[in-house]
Amino acid sequence: MWKCMRAASLWTIWEERNGRIFQEKERSLAEVKECIMTRTISWLKTSDLFVNYSIDDLRRNWAVVASTTSTNIILQAERKSPPEGHKFTKEGSKQALLNLTQDPEMGGGYIFEFDKFSDRDVCRDFVGKVLGKIQSMVSSGQDARAVSERSAVAVHDEQLSTREMEHRMKLLREDSELQKLHKQFVIAGVLTESEFWATRKKLLDTDARTSKQRVGFKSAMLADVRPLTDGRTNKVTFSLTPEIIHQIFAEKPAVHQAFLNFVPNKMTEKDFWTKYCRAEYLHRTKNSIAAAAEAAEDEELAIFLKHDDILASEARRKIRRVDPTLDMEADQGDDYMHLPDHGIFRDGNKEVMDSEYELYKRTLSQDLNRHAAVVLEGRALDLELGDTRTVAEALARSKQVELATESSDEKANEKRLERLSQMAGIEDLQSSRGLPFAPLCIKDPREYFDSQQANALQALGDTIGGMKPINYSLSTEEAYGSLRDLISEMKATGLNHPVVKPDVALKVLNALTQHLSSTKHHVGKNPQESVLDRLPRKTKEELLHHWTSIQELLKHFWSSYPITTTHLYSKVTRLKDAMSQIYPKLQEIKESMQSDFRHQVSLLVQPMLQALDAAFAHYEAELQKRSTKAGTRPNGTV
Amino acid sequence: MKFQLEDVTVYFPYDHIYPEQYAYMLELKRALDARGHCLLEMPTGTGKTIALLSLITSYALSKPSNPPKLLYCTRTVHEMEKTLAELRLLHDYQLSQLGPSARILALGLSSRKNLCINPSVVSGSSRDSVDAACRKLTASWVRAMAIENPNIPTCCFFENYEKAGSDAMLPPGVYTLQDLRAFGKEKGWCPYFLARHMVQLANVVVYSYQYLLDPKVAGIISKEMQRECVVVFDEAHNIDNVCIEALSVSIRTQTLEGATRNLSKMSQEIERLKATDAGRLRAEYNRLVEGLAQRGNLPITDNWLSNPVLPNDILKEAVPGNIRRAEHFLSVLRRLVQYFKGRLQTENVEKEGLVAFVASINSQAGIDQKMLKFCYDRLHSLMLTLEITDTDEFLHIQTICDFATLVGTYTRGFSIIIEPFDERMPHIPDPVLQLSCHDASIAIKPVFERFQSVIITSGTLSPIDLYPRLLNFNPVISRSFTMSLTRDCICPMVLTRGSDQLPVSTKFDMRSDPGVVRNYGRLLLEMVAAVPDGIVCFFVSYSYMDGIVNSWNEMGILQDVMQHKLVFIETQDVVETTLALDNYRRACDCGRGAVFFSVARGKVAEGIDFDRHYGRLVIMFGVPFQYTLSRILLARLEYLRETFQIKEGDFLTFDALRQAAQCVGRVIRSKADYGMMIFADKRYSRHDKRSKLPGWILSHLRDAHLNLSTDMALHIAREFLKKMAQPYDKAGSSNRKTLLSEEDLERMGADIVSEMLS
Repeated sequence: MWKCMRAASLWTIWEERNGRIFQEKERSLAEVKECIMTRTISWLKTSDLFVNYSIDDLRRNWAVVASTTSTNIILQAERKSPPEGHKFTKEGSKQALLNLTQDPEMGGGYIFEFDKFSDRDVCRDFVGKVLGKIQSMVSSGQDARAVSERSAVAVHDEQLSTREMEHRMKLLREDSELQKLHKQFVIAGVLTESEFWATRKKLLDTDARTSKQRVGFKSAMLADVRPLTDGRTNKVTFSLTPEIIHQIFAEKPAVHQAFLNFVPNKMTEKDFWTKYCRAEYLHRTKNSIAAAAEAAEDEELAIFLKHDDILASEARRKIRRVDPTLDMEADQGDDYMHLPDHGIFRDGNKEVMDSEYELYKRTLSQDLNRHAAVVLEGRALDLELGDTRTVAEALARSKQVELATESSDEKANEKRLERLSQMAGIEDLQSSRGLPFAPLCIKDPREYFDSQQANALQALGDTIGGMKPINYSLSTEEAYGSLRDLISEMKATGLNHPVVKPDVALKVLNALTQHLSSTKHHVGKNPQESVLDRLPRKTKEELLHHWTSIQELLKHFWSSYPITTTHLYSKVTRLKDAMSQIYPKLQEIKESMQSDFRHQVSLLVQPMLQALDAAFAHYEAELQKRSTKAGTRPNGTV
Repeated sequence: MKFQLEDVTVYFPYDHIYPEQYAYMLELKRALDARGHCLLEMPTGTGKTIALLSLITSYALSKPSNPPKLLYCTRTVHEMEKTLAELRLLHDYQLSQLGPSARILALGLSSRKNLCINPSVVSGSSRDSVDAACRKLTASWVRAMAIENPNIPTCCFFENYEKAGSDAMLPPGVYTLQDLRAFGKEKGWCPYFLARHMVQLANVVVYSYQYLLDPKVAGIISKEMQRECVVVFDEAHNIDNVCIEALSVSIRTQTLEGATRNLSKMSQEIERLKATDAGRLRAEYNRLVEGLAQRGNLPITDNWLSNPVLPNDILKEAVPGNIRRAEHFLSVLRRLVQYFKGRLQTENVEKEGLVAFVASINSQAGIDQKMLKFCYDRLHSLMLTLEITDTDEFLHIQTICDFATLVGTYTRGFSIIIEPFDERMPHIPDPVLQLSCHDASIAIKPVFERFQSVIITSGTLSPIDLYPRLLNFNPVISRSFTMSLTRDCICPMVLTRGSDQLPVSTKFDMRSDPGVVRNYGRLLLEMVAAVPDGIVCFFVSYSYMDGIVNSWNEMGILQDVMQHKLVFIETQDVVETTLALDNYRRACDCGRGAVFFSVARGKVAEGIDFDRHYGRLVIMFGVPFQYTLSRILLARLEYLRETFQIKEGDFLTFDALRQAAQCVGRVIRSKADYGMMIFADKRYSRHDKRSKLPGWILSHLRDAHLNLSTDMALHIAREFLKKMAQPYDKAGSSNRKTLLSEEDLERMGADIVSEMLS
């Protein structure tokens, strides 16, 4: 494994160097690290030790694996299967191991064996925490790696489940900025772990959802198992992996059925697959007569060679739901011309088939069609591919569910007809109709608005004077009244229409994108134009970082008003302290700049200072009110 | 939009119209005014169907006193559904413009298999078994017996329909097959018989070609259509093949064995009847003495297939005396079957004219021409007398009688061909006795005579002067339209060389060359990586497709293709092909992209559209010539040369190129659509082949695209796709409008439009 890791690091760094020199692309340190990790895992995956783990598994445990880089301790969780018995079973007799190694070069270490997985997990967490503590002591804040934060998570929040923790780690890993903020505030103790994450619940949720996106089948035909011959003997070798087996089950329901019926009772799994491969081989050699002869001798083998009855019935069921404009089967009903023996019989277009052995002849085209259909249906199973038996059973269950849902396909039928009538129109003759839309999902809005940010900052600097809030002279009653009217109107008419008309929205979007892209273009073409880009790189980064951290602090600050508990009070105090520390830093930046930039920097810094000032003013006022104990509690929100 | 076309106000359901559509309507209207037939070729993707429907319904609306009825013939059921969907769109528009006065009744008609809603009947697998199951429940004698004995099952839907009597009507509207079934379920009426009844009253009937062209079916369904009908044959480029198939019958050993079984069963029935109910047989005999076999006044459910001979050729006289008795007729049939058996035992290919064949039957089996001619009628009468309901069991003897009747009736345009085995599999004996029709004009003649206007239209009717000769009629208007394109949205290319610069072709001596196979595979692979969404490939035959796909699989090309797109294949099994098509569409919809392998003369090429993202590229691998060693084709070519002076080579090229054009034409449906067409065979670069392509393809085939190799084609494809992705003005540039609005039409007269197109 370490060899792997070293090689991967070298490879990636070399690649990065190439990228920098030849393509002028630069990746951040975090990205490079990520790349090394992925590469190592994907290499590791090929070794037999890890073959039972999915890539995701390894990634999740990477925190554990990676910690060795700084402390020379391998913390490695292994699920080894016992030498004999059910090879892929998950439950049952299984060992949970915890391997603590000191200095891999020396090879010393300890392996703990646990009875249960839960026990091991608890221990692992504990060790993780201890490691974290050691690290936070050892590593000085400057070069703290991602590892230290990760363990810090564990230190600060004891109640979190491992899963959540891992998830947060992953988030931090993916977003370097978040990581910085986290480091700054949480580890420095300004915010607690839960406070930090409380404002990012959405991030936690949505990410949990998106990460569930399932990987479908590959487009290529996996199940087409290729035999390996060694040339000298007559031996033919087939190799089957769980992935292939799963696909075989999905594509050949008869094999699936046979497996469920036979395997534990009538024959062993190995026998079963041997038989299957034999059938495959016979089929491959295209010797349908030999296949028929073999099938006559062995009834189990016959199952694999014959046409799939389950498929046929499925086809009959599906054909009812096919788009009527495609339904060629219906034509046969109208075809009085080809009554048996009517029409031209031998005009050279029809081809003759040998009907006797037709039963045992499976064509490549059928296989291709079937494969593509299965790929389209997608993977029905969630569980990891391990044990063949469980896979087979789960597949059977999902089939039943599918059947149940199919019976209530009235709605699908309607949809189909509606689609049909839409298809009937000729698109460019009619005025455009509202296109169906899918909700836009932007995982990281920053990516989209990146270019805008620079622009906005610039604009901020320019127009700071004009951004006075406009005083609306509406009384509360009026505002309330109009709002009520709006709501009642909405109740009456309903929200049938999209809130914004699609064409209007499209226009706005177009304008926006154009604006954005033009800025981007602008910025890209002529870097001198942007204030930020003119600044030295380091200052720019510092400024941006301060900006985000101020934002973060202010968010927490304002959200903790009105102060109702002592906990909030202490939090506000903490925040205030943190904020006051930023002042000198900003000042420092300003002063460190050369004189020609100083003006622009101060322009940039000004809004930050203003925002901070406002917060302080509010804090002071609040404090005064508290101390005098006079007056009502103000509405803390702005 | 609504506009004035000479004296007719045309209601057109869209806001804009293509100039071609306008010109097309104009020609059509003139043909209707002249009450004559016409032949119109308009490129695919210019909205032929809607233009046709819109003009003819508007024409009918403008003549409220005597509105012509529209019989719209499609080749397939799914085309029928598409047409009805467009008609519904149009009807809705007309209703919104004119109110209830525009109401019409339009319906699709198909067989029981597609219309039946009785679950016990429709579960039958084939059309014939559904028909037979229906007869078992609804034949008049079954129903008569059921009145006495309630244990005999009948069909509740049919009984309800009968009970409702004349109240059983469809309210005006547009009914697809699905709608008919839903309506039937709701009312509890049999949709099939309801539709059969309503066909007489409907303003628009959409059904299959065969309901007009095949006398076996047309005799039952289209018998009572009045003269004031406008008949439209859409996608009619294959109409000559449909016509000759309608009058062709073949007999194999299986048929003869089945017929022998049928005969012995019938003789048992006769014996039984003699013992129990001799009166019935006697009554039949008396009826035959008096005149015709019972006909015309049959209950609707007792009708089976009609006489295979065209209505004008049916003899209106009494059945000859020597086959009036049931036993005598059976013995005649036995002798006939015996004679056929003897003929099938030949070891050489035999070809004979009908006159000689009838003479030899007469000398060897003692059956004269008149007896042969009456075989069908006599059998039909006998089956009614014997009250046989399981008609699907008796198809074999039916075939023999159809054959005999046709042989007895016609002398010209047919020939008998006996082959002891298939040319391509000489080791498997499979003797067949074929009666093959060579003259397409025989079957379509009654249609031209009966109806005032017959419109034959398609995207590929080139060369347009050939069709009147093949079908033997005089169109008042025959025109071929070109296509005015806003941008060059079709990109035909002729690929003659592979990536290694060696020629590619499916010529017989080259097609199995591994180099050619590999070059074709490389072409597909390159294209699959470059073209988004759907790609359709057409091969010249099933066996060639099977072979080349298998070799691609072995070479690993197929696996590489599957890295980019899913692969679907048309097979000879219709159910599987339908599902594959459905999945193909879903794969294109979800963005995964797919390739569809199909066959040039197969069912998919006939009628499935691959418009928009369902087909951005069509590759035609090879020239889809017919199997030229087929005896039937040779006989037909000989007939064409002798009768119409059409050269063999010309006809073969014409036939191959119309198939190719048909295949590639599936890719485009409107001017906003775009697609590429690759003709991958070196023979396409020759002028005599290429010039047979329809004009709208030729006009976009640039000289630079006539002799390409794979890499050049790939480059052109990339450029084309990039160009098509740019936004453009749909209405076309100012001097040459490709999209007209209502105001445009008002501003300029019809002359300008036709001038623009010429």
